[in-house]
Amino acid sequence: MSGDTIDWITVLIAVFGGAIRVGTPFLFVSLGECLTEKSGRINLGLEGNLIMGAMAGYGVAWISGSPWLGVLAAGATGVLLGFVHALLCQQPRVNDIAVGIALMILGTGLAFFLGKPLIQPSAPHLPALHLGDWSDNPALRAALEINVLFIVGVILAPAMAWFFRSTRWGLAIRTVGESDDAARAMGLHVNGVRMLATMAGGFLAGVGGAFLSLYYPGGWSEGLSSGQGLMAVALVIFARWDPVRCLYASLLFGGAGALGPSLQSVGVTWGYYLFNAAPYVLTLALMIAASSTRVRSGMPGSLAAR
Amino acid sequence: MDKKMSKQHDTPVNPKRRTTLKGLAGLGLGIFAGGFGIREASAAIKKVTMGFLYVGPRDDYGYNQAHFEGKSAIAKQSWVKAVDQENVPETIAVQKAMESMINLDGAQVIFPTSFGYFDPHILKIAPKYPDVMFLHCGGLYDASKHPKNVGSYFGYIDEAVYVSGIVAGHASKTGKLGYIAAIPIPQVLRNINNFTMAARSVNPKITVQVVFTGGWSNPVKEAESANSLIDQGVDVLTCHVDSPKVVVETAEKRGVYSCGYHADQSKLAPKGFLTGAEWNWSKVYLDYATLISKGTKIPNLVRGGFKEGLVKSSPYGKVVSAKARAHADKVRAQFMKGDFVVYKGPIKDNTGKVVIARGKEYGQTDIWLESMDWLVEGVVGRTKG
Amino acid sequence: MLPFAPFLIPLVAIALSLVLFGGFVGLAGADVQAVYQSIYRGAFGTWFSWQNTLTSAAPLMLTALCTALPARLGLIVIGGEGAVVVGGLAAALTGLVLVDANPWVALAGMALAAMLTGGLLIGLVGWLRHGRNVNETISSLLFNYISIAILSFLVIGPLRDPETLNKPSTHHIGDTHMLGALGDTSIHWGFGYGLIVCLLLWVLYKRTVFGFAVDMVGGNVRAALLSGLPVGRIVFLVCMMGGAAAGLAGMVEVAAVHGRANTSLNAGYGYEGILIAFAARHHPLAIIPMAILFGGIRASSGLMQRDHDLPDATSLVLQGIIFILILASEAVFARLAKRQGSAA
Repeated sequence: MSGDTIDWITVLIAVFGGAIRVGTPFLFVSLGECLTEKSGRINLGLEGNLIMGAMAGYGVAWISGSPWLGVLAAGATGVLLGFVHALLCQQPRVNDIAVGIALMILGTGLAFFLGKPLIQPSAPHLPALHLGDWSDNPALRAALEINVLFIVGVILAPAMAWFFRSTRWGLAIRTVGESDDAARAMGLHVNGVRMLATMAGGFLAGVGGAFLSLYYPGGWSEGLSSGQGLMAVALVIFARWDPVRCLYASLLFGGAGALGPSLQSVGVTWGYYLFNAAPYVLTLALMIAASSTRVRSGMPGSLAAR
Repeated sequence: MDKKMSKQHDTPVNPKRRTTLKGLAGLGLGIFAGGFGIREASAAIKKVTMGFLYVGPRDDYGYNQAHFEGKSAIAKQSWVKAVDQENVPETIAVQKAMESMINLDGAQVIFPTSFGYFDPHILKIAPKYPDVMFLHCGGLYDASKHPKNVGSYFGYIDEAVYVSGIVAGHASKTGKLGYIAAIPIPQVLRNINNFTMAARSVNPKITVQVVFTGGWSNPVKEAESANSLIDQGVDVLTCHVDSPKVVVETAEKRGVYSCGYHADQSKLAPKGFLTGAEWNWSKVYLDYATLISKGTKIPNLVRGGFKEGLVKSSPYGKVVSAKARAHADKVRAQFMKGDFVVYKGPIKDNTGKVVIARGKEYGQTDIWLESMDWLVEGVVGRTKG
Repeated sequence: MLPFAPFLIPLVAIALSLVLFGGFVGLAGADVQAVYQSIYRGAFGTWFSWQNTLTSAAPLMLTALCTALPARLGLIVIGGEGAVVVGGLAAALTGLVLVDANPWVALAGMALAAMLTGGLLIGLVGWLRHGRNVNETISSLLFNYISIAILSFLVIGPLRDPETLNKPSTHHIGDTHMLGALGDTSIHWGFGYGLIVCLLLWVLYKRTVFGFAVDMVGGNVRAALLSGLPVGRIVFLVCMMGGAAAGLAGMVEVAAVHGRANTSLNAGYGYEGILIAFAARHHPLAIIPMAILFGGIRASSGLMQRDHDLPDATSLVLQGIIFILILASEAVFARLAKRQGSAA
């Protein structure tokens, strides 16, 4: 270890940039999960949506030459998987978590199977905005090279919060999520609302996958996702079902993921395996801290009832 | 195994049937009896069935693809039937996969290509099938301990990494190089050390910053490591992970140089690619197949570098200067002659301890080098987790 | 309802999955009939294939219990992978401590240590759920990642045997302390352990007061509390038993296969166990045939690659299809039960 001049500023910049780069897929999946859970269902299958989205997005971008068509295609596969999830879950005695795991396995399997011919080709990447051109610090310039999808996500988070709070549709989703009976009393079609929410959530998770394959780290490979889709479900819990907090949680999680490599790059090389586990320990600690109060603030009623 | 095996294949019957019938009732074999049609090939060359096992996907732009390309090259020979299986974990699954290739496909030679397949898996299965040869990539064969039908082959790819280090040393302006590696094991450490010593032979002020990602395939972490290193002023990146694709592409995107590994990645970085260290498995596999078909005894230990044709360098990128090319070519020529010694004392590790004393040298084939657990002076990083 | 519906419906679901799967590989350009033949040949076609299948099934029976037992309480635990990892690690460490002991003592110690560690891990998940209202699915998932990181840290760092050059592992527990095979087969004792544990738990559920209490808690927590049942303790104990089963799978991996603990403990048995638990509808006896079925898919996946040039993911697709159709068959079940209820 050299350790003489550790450039902490650059570490901070790298973690900041990493939080955005690594955090964006978490943001989309957790917003999708938030939307689904608000309607009273857990979709653990978003990992499948993410991987399927990454594969389909990459494939379509490669064939069509347009990364944005790829993003749309990724969202569309997410909608499809969300539809299957909702369809199965509205059957009697079918457990939503089990369906999620099944779809995760199927989605992963299909993506690996169909994605075989996509490993070698290079598809066009999504464009990035160079917001750091004013600076002559290359690290800062790189950190501020921000993908359009991240900006979409940043706008989407408060928009979704507003949607839940102030629109009729948002109220409908929240009511369905609180109690089946109350929703029926209001004349809402419970299964229909849940299906739409799950499909829309699936769309967002698919887009998160497209970010992985079409921007960062870029490319399609079988190791592309290391469980981001699953972790996003945990994020929603510690974001307490609030879309804006999902944004903060995703950034925190992305930053925690970037911490290990950036510390090593300045020569802090002790225990990198434990640093790699940091995001999970953090999530667990926050979950325990948040739920010990026994106040289930924000948790949809029908999720709490079981 | 030599005699037994050649005898077995004197019979013109489908060689698969023989091995299968031994242990089994031969159920369901009929379906596959007519599997391959070139049975009537010349009588002098005997058909050989070879089985390959990879630990990851066979098209990963890296380690597994290099083996798959080797397999594909020999599969073109009319007298070779090559079967393969990807994503085989280093658990009992690999034992079962090897046995399945022997029992159901009639494989006479098995190439388990991941290091972790050796102990206990190959060592457990090999004694059960004395007529089958198990040729393992990377392991150490010890005639006193290991079964006779086991062999080991590996290339001194660190020679090619040394050449990459020379080119990187010439290319770097900041004097900081980055190495993204999976886990600190001897094969990895030896590559890092070679790369570092080569670059420092060009410019003694150069340092190499290592980041261990903790796994052989984790694209997000590899990209994040690459970005962090570049942020720290690193201007040449290389890596030792299963698939160098992400690292090479990230380097290209950020406008720094990169050196490839395992396979040719020059297409991924047309601007900044310097060169890379590649395996040449097709030669190894073809040599083995020829020996087997002729019934010659197979050596238990096969090692080699540039000279033996087991490794090669990727073609130089456009940006590599004439001076760098000349220097690298000169070193490669010395390796070809076999008189270049990398580990020649005095060599200090990066904690300042002398690991190889003045006047002492370890030649390429020295077994001591295969248990390396230190990083040479000039590397920033630690070998302990 | 038809008297044999509990058997018939999953069978129909599996048959239907195979048809769907055939359509899928057919679309991908493979010869469907030959693919079926390969699956059969690789999984059940010969005695060799059978041994292969049963060996693959061994850890899956144990990890399935890790999800199936808490599911009787209405909890969805997916922490089998973590329990396998910590169980295997504890077994290897105990084996190293007892390296000079009698083999029986050593093996018993390893099994106990593994069960205790795996059990405590999942017990903690149950306790967090009951006592602190922490979602058990997510906390068990997080424990998987954390356990794997701890294992990697220990085998690369403090516990590493320097002889294990390029595959960092702990020291070896000694050849005399390894778990052998069943008779002349190549099936290791893990299969026996799986059978015994599944049978024991079935007896426990069917024939004891404890089993009755578990069903009561699973049926209605409030009623169980009112009737004075120690709900918290039951949740902890049931989760602990599930974790102990998965921990035992980790011990088998160490004692029957590797002889050491290393990152190969993290081989996905825990995740596949979840699938089997649901496919078996959390019934300890039904887990046995389901584990064998999925073991067979694992065993035949090599042939699908070698004979038909299908990618490794093919068996993942088949698993996914089976899982989804079995879940869909639950709905058919429920409808049948309802119709019967209204007819009566």
